[in-house]
Amino acid sequence: MPRTFVKGNEAVIKGAILAGCRAFYGYPITPASEIAESAAALFPQVGGTFLQAESEVAAINMVYGAVSTGQRAMTASSSPGISLKQEGISYAAGSELPVVLVDVMRGGPGLGNIAPEQSDYNQVVKGGGHGNFKLIVLAPNCAQEMCDLTMLAFELADKYRNPAVVLTDGFTGQMMEPIELPESVTQLPTKDWAVAATPETDKNLITSIYMEPSDLEEHNQRLQKKYAAITEAEVRYDESQTEDAELILIGYGIVSRILQSVVDKARAAGKHVGLLRPQTLWPFPGARIKELAKTTKGFLVVELSNGQMVDDVRLALNGERPVHFYNRMGGVVPDTEEIFEQVEKVLAQLRG
Amino acid sequence: MAKDILQKPDSLYDEFTRKPGSDPLTTHYCPGCGHGVVHKLIAEAMDDMGIRERTVFVSPVGCSVFGYYYFNCGNVQSPHGRAPAVATGIKRALPHSIVLSYQGDGDLAAIGGNNILQAANRGENITVIFVNNAIYGMTGAQMAPTTLIGQKTTTTPTGRSAENEGYPIRVCELLATLEAPVYIERVAISDSKHVMKARKAIRRGIQNQIDGKGFSFIEVLAACPTGWKMDPVDAVHWVNDVLMEHFPLGKVKDKNGDAPTRDLVAAAAKAQVNGQKVREIVGDSNGFSEHLSPPKTPTNYQSPRVKIAGFGGQGVLLLGQLLAQSAMVSDLFSTWLPSYGPEMRGGTANCHVIVSDKRIGSPLVSETDVLIALNLPSLEKFERDVRPGGVILVNSSLIERDVQRQDVEVVRVPVTELANELGQPKVANVIMLGAYIGYTKLLSEQSVLAAVGKVVKRKEFMEINRKALTCGMDYVRDQVDVGREAELAS
Repeated sequence: MPRTFVKGNEAVIKGAILAGCRAFYGYPITPASEIAESAAALFPQVGGTFLQAESEVAAINMVYGAVSTGQRAMTASSSPGISLKQEGISYAAGSELPVVLVDVMRGGPGLGNIAPEQSDYNQVVKGGGHGNFKLIVLAPNCAQEMCDLTMLAFELADKYRNPAVVLTDGFTGQMMEPIELPESVTQLPTKDWAVAATPETDKNLITSIYMEPSDLEEHNQRLQKKYAAITEAEVRYDESQTEDAELILIGYGIVSRILQSVVDKARAAGKHVGLLRPQTLWPFPGARIKELAKTTKGFLVVELSNGQMVDDVRLALNGERPVHFYNRMGGVVPDTEEIFEQVEKVLAQLRG
Repeated sequence: MAKDILQKPDSLYDEFTRKPGSDPLTTHYCPGCGHGVVHKLIAEAMDDMGIRERTVFVSPVGCSVFGYYYFNCGNVQSPHGRAPAVATGIKRALPHSIVLSYQGDGDLAAIGGNNILQAANRGENITVIFVNNAIYGMTGAQMAPTTLIGQKTTTTPTGRSAENEGYPIRVCELLATLEAPVYIERVAISDSKHVMKARKAIRRGIQNQIDGKGFSFIEVLAACPTGWKMDPVDAVHWVNDVLMEHFPLGKVKDKNGDAPTRDLVAAAAKAQVNGQKVREIVGDSNGFSEHLSPPKTPTNYQSPRVKIAGFGGQGVLLLGQLLAQSAMVSDLFSTWLPSYGPEMRGGTANCHVIVSDKRIGSPLVSETDVLIALNLPSLEKFERDVRPGGVILVNSSLIERDVQRQDVEVVRVPVTELANELGQPKVANVIMLGAYIGYTKLLSEQSVLAAVGKVVKRKEFMEINRKALTCGMDYVRDQVDVGREAELAS
């Protein structure tokens, strides 16, 4: 199998095209722009649409229109751009449209900077827009997963008629690594709900409006049921050396790569440290974390944010085990040694 | 004919079952409202032009948000102001469809101002029906961008003032300054004479779309007796006597004659490519199938964490990419992480490369095994990060001072001069790569050439890069290795 050496951002577009996505609407923003640039290069070649929209808001709404027709379509941006798209995301969730987005997180709040952060966890995982909705959120940690999880995002979005987000960061987007291209999707799901401008679909309606409170409540209850089904079936995570771990590290995206090096260093020093890396941030692998609490003494969550995912870890554990937290913000990325020091401190505390 | 006028068009539902409440036969619109008439004109056109089944009606936010109660075709309800963006996505996905984007004045000219402007400017092949009644009806009669000076609304209780709120926007005239739109006309529906003109304009706007001619825009002046707090008869007079004064009727732009007819469906079909071709385009053709064995690398130089730094423009990032790709070709793991920033020339650039025989965790290089410093600031910044026993490769053309560290191996290569001697200053980076692999035996010459081959497409550039690589390898063999042996001997 040939290997290609690509940026994570480029891998996203390769995955999207192999998944049958044929429209990309976007707006330039660092550090996500290579996604739009790759789309501009490749989509027209495969008979697809690439359009640089007038704004982030327009881009998400163009995707909303495209996806309404049954087409696989996507957009991508970075943190401030995702803030702008939130209205459209809420509409897509309400209209149950399988929109796919990529968020290459950067530093905030406000204009912040373009270095990697993970401070969009709350706005993406908890829903930054209005209403009772959930997004399927996938968290790649390498170029291969930028490709693979983009493909999975299309699959899950269609399966559940729900928006799906690939939540990544500036480093994972900019980093180059070898990837192997997966097989392309040849059979796209039929979408009898779509407005396809055909006699068969001329009674179809895409909307998020339910004027009668009882109708809207029913719609919301149906959405909640769907979310429960997704939680049941779609949790994904990756574990490394958790079996005998005294301390389990938890981190996603680029942080999980650093944590893997920390685990290797700790093991080399004879310390029993393991790693749990959520690949889905929603649904969150809370049940697995609760299970691991039976065999481990404590957890250390590391994030490039003020502590957002750590709330979900605490909720899952409900006080059962101590949850330690270490973070950097503003685009500062800790190295292996810096986190290893924290591991030593936490281990000392756990042994009390 | 009489029958046609009395009967509801097929493109409107007979019963409005999507409308909540107990009366499925009447619309939700107020008495004297213009939307009902405009809906009917559109639906009749859909019937007569035989396009009902392939029409997608995009409804806005505003009184016509419930367009889907009435239109018997595919319906997409869009966020406030975004109908032209939503319509763009639909039309581009479905070139055979007829997309009608229907908007009111607040939706189109205020919150969606940029969306309509840009869709018009792109010449999207859609038909926009813009109902202008100079007020926000749905939310309770607030000021619209088209509200007249002096007009009282709930948010301009003493009348709109130019000083505070500016002037009413003439959207047709604004859009007519753009190159792309083919047809822009303002009509009214205040009496039967005007309705006939409106009917014609709507049909023309739809026909343009059927013919693939581009963007058509029909503004319809309509009454909102409830919002204006008038009875329907007075409201009609107000449209004719006051509103038309500020919004003159007629064609504002018309280049139908010049606009070419386009077959969008055929064009889309022609652009389609099949499965295997898709794969080739996506990247297999750029992929590496080579599996080249690396040379026997001394332990000290295996699995290095490398930092490469220099001026922007020295090929720092490319040097790193070639190194990482050569490792991939040699069946090693590798990562490349750039310092990324605003796209500016003349700044400093650096990248982190890790090559390993094991899966790579952190791609960050802090403790550095190998530093490649192409200029002095890079050496000064990163010298202290090199681990004891590590290697520093120095571009001695630009760095005159000695490396201060005594506990590292230093390889000085005048790559800028050597590149100039080769007649191509740009290949200094490849000379340095040659020096690095020559000194450490990390990778084979063939693996680097394979990587260069993917980046450099033109044959003559391939040749100069090959020379550069050899030049770097030869330099360390002739100059550095001899010195190293002498050192070991002494």
